[in-house]
Amino acid sequence: MTAARSYPTIPPVIESPRSAPNRPRRTRTNTELYAWLFMRVSGIVLVVLVLGHLFIMNILDGGVQRINWGFVAGRWASPFWQVWDLLMLWLAMIHGTNGLRVIINDYTRRDGTRLTLKAVLYTATTITIALGTLVIFTFNPDMGS
Amino acid sequence: MSTVAPSTSPSRRGSPQRTRIAGSLYRGREGMWSWVAHRITGVLTFFFLFAHVLDTALVRVSPESYDRVIDTYKNPFVNLMEIGLVGAVLFHALNGLRIVAIDFWARGTRYQRQMLWAIVLVWVAVMVPGAFFMFKHSFEQLFGSVS
Repeated sequence: MTAARSYPTIPPVIESPRSAPNRPRRTRTNTELYAWLFMRVSGIVLVVLVLGHLFIMNILDGGVQRINWGFVAGRWASPFWQVWDLLMLWLAMIHGTNGLRVIINDYTRRDGTRLTLKAVLYTATTITIALGTLVIFTFNPDMGS
Repeated sequence: MSTVAPSTSPSRRGSPQRTRIAGSLYRGREGMWSWVAHRITGVLTFFFLFAHVLDTALVRVSPESYDRVIDTYKNPFVNLMEIGLVGAVLFHALNGLRIVAIDFWARGTRYQRQMLWAIVLVWVAVMVPGAFFMFKHSFEQLFGSVS
């Protein structure tokens, strides 16, 4: 990084689209700040939850070959894994939804397209979170017997 | 901003036109490509997540319907896709930690390039044994004694 210090006299110039835009500098809310912070906080938690989940499921427990209904029933008999999976579901879904929201904002050009894509995204997210939560809470491990 | 490591070092000298590019952190090279990879792996993982919640929701329908769907995953082709998914998630996780370091660590932007190569190294070190153990069963199924 010595190369970086060899020309501190030249200030960086951010070109046209990234220079000060013609819109009000301040918005009324800090939503984007909270969204940015949420991505970092949830991301760190998800590193533990998701990598733990992948390691246990794919390597320690022998992968999808071992998985059947009884396996899931045994797992969700424990409140620990219920809470783990519930937390993972909510955090991952909101983290992913916000990520895709940013991508939609970046690449859509027309208001209609942006609005439609976001409506589809939020609908799919709401249904998926509700369905997953319902399944974790109302699952009956005795169903199979 | 002036402490930011330039990603386009050739523009350091030369015409003013080329100098203009010098300060933009994410133009080209490691900074930009890790950003691109972060987006792609994130979107892939998110789309998989929808499918994964839906298939797991079948445990609430009946043991038979869940087992029938899970059985369609038990082949070497899906196994390869699983390894790809794990690779995507692992990159996204490691690069996410790098982004947190860039945002919150005072020297983060200065070392963003070195941090990228560090996480690539960790990724390879985890994926080589990881892929081996994940594909073990499929390998035995394809070429060995297990049916």
